[in-house]
Amino acid sequence: MTLIGWAQIALILSLVFIAAVPLGRYIAAVLAGDVRWLRPAERGFYAVAGVDPDRPMSWKPYAVGLIVLNALHFLLLYAMLRLQWYLPLNPQGITGMSPQLAFNTAMSFVTNTNWQAYAGEQALSYGSQMWGLTVHNFLSAATGIAAAGAVARAFAGSGLQSLGNVWADITRITLYVLLPLSIAAAVVLILCGVPQTLGASVEATTLEGAKQVIARGPVAFQEAIKLIGTNGGGFFNANSAHPFENPNALSDLVETWCEIIVPFALAIAFGYIVGDRRQGFALFWTMTAIMVAFIALAYAAEGAGNPLLTAAGVDPALGNLEGKEVRFGIPLSILFAVTTTVTSCGAVIAMHDSLTPLAGAVPIFMMQLGEIVPGGVGSGLYGMIVFALLAVFVAGLMVGRTPEYLGKKVQAKEVKLAMLAVLILPFCILAGTAWAINTTSGTGSLANAGPHGLSEMLYAWTSATANNGSAFAGLSADTKLLDYGLGAAMLLGRFAFMVPVLAIAGSLAAKPKLPASAGTFPTDGPLFIGLLTGVILILGGLQYLPALTLGPIVEHFAMTGGKVF
Amino acid sequence: MAASADAISLFDASILGRAARDSFLKLNPLTLVRNPVIFVTETVASLVTVLCIRDLLAGGAWHFSLAIAAWLWLTVLFATFAEAVAEGRGRARAESLRRARSDTMAKVLLRPDDRSRYQPTPASMLEAGRLVLVEAGDLIPSDGEVVDGVASVNESAVTGESAPVIREAGGDRSAVTGGTQVVSDWLVLRITAAPGNTFLDRMIALVEGASRRKTPNEIALDILLAGLTLIFLIAVVSLVGLASYSGMELGVPVLVALFVTLIPTTIGGLLSAIGIAGMDRLVRCNVVATSGRAVEAAGDVDTLLLDKTGTITFGNRACAAIYPVPGVPERELARAAALSSLGDDTPEGRSILAFVRDRFGFAPDRPADAALVPFTANTRVSGLDWDGRAWRKGAVDSVLAASGAEAPSTFAATVDRIARGGATPLAVSLDNRLLGALELKDIVKPGIRERFEALRRTGIRTVMVTGDNRVTAAAIATESGVDDFIAEAKPQDKLDYIRRVQAEGRLVAMCGDGTNDAPALAQADVGVAMQTGTQAAREAGNMVDLDSDPTKLIEVVEIGKQLLITRGSLTTFSIANDVSKYFAILPAIFAGTYPELGALNIMGLATPQSAILSAVIFNALIIVALVPLALRGVRFRPVGAAALLRRNLLIYGLGGLLAPFAGIKAVDLILNSLGLA
Repeated sequence: MTLIGWAQIALILSLVFIAAVPLGRYIAAVLAGDVRWLRPAERGFYAVAGVDPDRPMSWKPYAVGLIVLNALHFLLLYAMLRLQWYLPLNPQGITGMSPQLAFNTAMSFVTNTNWQAYAGEQALSYGSQMWGLTVHNFLSAATGIAAAGAVARAFAGSGLQSLGNVWADITRITLYVLLPLSIAAAVVLILCGVPQTLGASVEATTLEGAKQVIARGPVAFQEAIKLIGTNGGGFFNANSAHPFENPNALSDLVETWCEIIVPFALAIAFGYIVGDRRQGFALFWTMTAIMVAFIALAYAAEGAGNPLLTAAGVDPALGNLEGKEVRFGIPLSILFAVTTTVTSCGAVIAMHDSLTPLAGAVPIFMMQLGEIVPGGVGSGLYGMIVFALLAVFVAGLMVGRTPEYLGKKVQAKEVKLAMLAVLILPFCILAGTAWAINTTSGTGSLANAGPHGLSEMLYAWTSATANNGSAFAGLSADTKLLDYGLGAAMLLGRFAFMVPVLAIAGSLAAKPKLPASAGTFPTDGPLFIGLLTGVILILGGLQYLPALTLGPIVEHFAMTGGKVF
Repeated sequence: MAASADAISLFDASILGRAARDSFLKLNPLTLVRNPVIFVTETVASLVTVLCIRDLLAGGAWHFSLAIAAWLWLTVLFATFAEAVAEGRGRARAESLRRARSDTMAKVLLRPDDRSRYQPTPASMLEAGRLVLVEAGDLIPSDGEVVDGVASVNESAVTGESAPVIREAGGDRSAVTGGTQVVSDWLVLRITAAPGNTFLDRMIALVEGASRRKTPNEIALDILLAGLTLIFLIAVVSLVGLASYSGMELGVPVLVALFVTLIPTTIGGLLSAIGIAGMDRLVRCNVVATSGRAVEAAGDVDTLLLDKTGTITFGNRACAAIYPVPGVPERELARAAALSSLGDDTPEGRSILAFVRDRFGFAPDRPADAALVPFTANTRVSGLDWDGRAWRKGAVDSVLAASGAEAPSTFAATVDRIARGGATPLAVSLDNRLLGALELKDIVKPGIRERFEALRRTGIRTVMVTGDNRVTAAAIATESGVDDFIAEAKPQDKLDYIRRVQAEGRLVAMCGDGTNDAPALAQADVGVAMQTGTQAAREAGNMVDLDSDPTKLIEVVEIGKQLLITRGSLTTFSIANDVSKYFAILPAIFAGTYPELGALNIMGLATPQSAILSAVIFNALIIVALVPLALRGVRFRPVGAAALLRRNLLIYGLGGLLAPFAGIKAVDLILNSLGLA
């Protein structure tokens, strides 16, 4: 670890924290319908779709709206990927995707996962990238934020029947939050040198005289929303490590900032929506505490380097540079590796497969926590609220009252739904990994043997279930088993979590909001932050310890003992 | 009952003996299924036992699985034992109640107006609605409503209070309880309870825990515990696949050991004992709740409706100061006040005598030849005629009218000031001369202000209910430190107030005794009816205070809070325990394939087998070790939620994280020093 490394990390995080508060306030205003500078456009969309943006919706129609919309988009995207040969904007003449890959890819982009079992520049036409993927980058992000907004509203008052209007929410989030932020970020990225063109690949002659095909395309806009919407699907296979996606340190700063700004801002927005800013800050600092602690852990592991290379004569002060772009170095690569997995982004600027075992365990563990520190756009906030409810339920009794969060009693129904949501993660991740890794198809996909192979498979199922989409690399993911298996994990990880949480919101909304008093369990101080952190790590994380032990942890101890896999 | 109840020790040998037997009966899976965590533990214990027997018959290695199986069964037994002990203590309390339920013969009247003709009927066959005669010396056969007669009744069987109480037809003293005894006179009752469903029957059932149903919070907690069990089941079962990829085969006893130590057996085993013990603590303070739900609600209450009289102030107004008119020595006024009060037998009159005695050392006897003028509600004046002189004391206007004295302006000012302060002014005269004024006021009970402050710190508002006018009520409210008051309160006002604050989302507790309190008692989240109250009030409330002490409301709330705190603390402790178990078991089960993982064995446990066994043993023993805490309850301190949370999180959260590291290490050391592992 170096001082300058920490300074880089501190600079980027400070820029996020400074911007999160005003942005959070703005998002709360957008969700309240108070932002209207694109009113005519907004009205136009409602008129075309024939919806009444003021119609109140209880949790059921709200959830049904989200599910139906996403289901239709899944079918649309699937068709587009299969038929891209026949569709416009295909200068490279790329053929349609196979059914299994199209299923996997469509599911991946609809669930905000953006797991890519293909190389974008070879498998997708410009049209598919723009009308297929980029559109879904917006839609899946807006879906997450809308659900989070609906859940937050449940805490705003007594006896509420409505969680808002799903169509108004999605329209406003896209129009007033995602589009302006993406356009601004895209312009900055273009200034940094990221291409934005519809021209076909160019051929270049290298110094040795060889012909080289250089892929390009409408990269900058997709890059911007891929990060702001915590989607993570790269235009190129190399994702943000590719110089056309992320050319220099400045673009990297912008991209890292874009990746975590909205989830952190949503925690602040939560405080505004529920009418108590400190509640938002409590979640904000819990997210920050866990994220920073694990950045430090990963940086320490990576900065220490690989003892085997040190033994071979490599200067240990360099740390472990394997699999990293030298223009970013260790600190920025580590920061990105953690920020991309604490959110549901999944973009990468370094190969996670090449991280030292402990540093590689951090991204896996961050995703296994359910991506809530700060998590994907929206999904992070509502995931965090589920853990806040569980924390209050477990420890809230210790003040001598039945548990309540923000004045809402947490009772059997909420606990049941919260456990249902929380159960889906270990089920998909652990059962999926254990099953896949014992099939011949599964082991055939692994690039490495032993614990490292286990890490690759564990990473894949974790990434899919948590809707992250980053890959450990080393895994050949385009097989029938993994295309369909991981696709199912994405679907469950997204909607089998979201729907129970919306049901919780519906149940809580209808309850009276009890006034706070000196006898109320405090949910805004350092004590609660500590408690919530403990509950997240123990309830959310501990069940993965056996699996991690057999993967990265044993690999770490083996490495220090001089053994590699 | 109250006195004997307190004496039950945590380690009463007869209770423990019976509990030990009961804990085996409770192993019946059909009943144990109510407790998901322990039921699952029993299931896997059976599984390991079967495998152990198979190994034994096949001549394989069976020692380790036998040890695991034995400790798993002990884990289950310790949990059932905890419940059995709690029930045993309740049963001991119920014994004394049961003695009162001896089967008596009831005198069932054939005609309502003829007390001479009745038919003896066993009390156990007495139907509701029958008219029954009870005479001096008879046990009251069942719960009923007095329809005729007045009698003194000894209710010590139910209340523990030996002084007889008056029961009469009509009004608020018409309810009688089966099992109590008529001491004098006779009563005609209409039986109100069906056989086997009397107040006493229900009390016994509740105290014994027989009719215990899970409370809403317990149900929610059970769901959480079941969910956690499922999560760990997924983690452990999937471990089979991960391990098989890694080239190792994990035995069932090892996996079961990991599973059982991870699932929340501690709180799962103690949950029902905590609930029963909470009811028991309530009974010990002589309050019976009709359900565990009510006890839970008591912890949630944030508004207390307290009757002024008897709770905040002593029952009666008392003389607090005297104010002579100019020119009259204070001693002369005091003497006149005392003499004129000799004829006033009301508590107020007696308080004047006591005041003069304490302040001025003057305690007059009634002169032999004096004529007393007794106080009546009509004249509102009392006095003494002696030696040709007339001492008078009473309501200001009555005294002025009776004596014809002129009131100086200073006197009028004094009287006005006293009245504005919420107190009652009285005038004292000698013949036709006005001597001065007395101030009678409600005396706030000592220590009540501090008590309300403590309640406020825990977030509970106190509301005083009084029939006094606003001025008087406001003065006492200020002096006693309540947060709000309802003056000139009629029963309907109480009901309206409760509805209003409930609409704000608050939970309200109140106590009451009269029939007209019944709607408010039913509306309140916690309604404590006085045992001396009417049947209607007792039916409407969800608790009955056998001592009929309205101050008890505060204790009831504290007991409710204590119950919830105990449950939360042990849940937190149980879940925090998990961290250490990973460090004990994971390196042990993977040691064969990956010796590198020995680095995770931070406790330095001797062998893989002793490590696993130590974790299982600790996991079982901690249940027994926490039984006393579960029964006694974690103390409630009125320090505010934040301070309470900090304290309990430190003890049960951090303690729960660290304690098992020491505990498992200690068990491991013992196992190895005994050569058992």
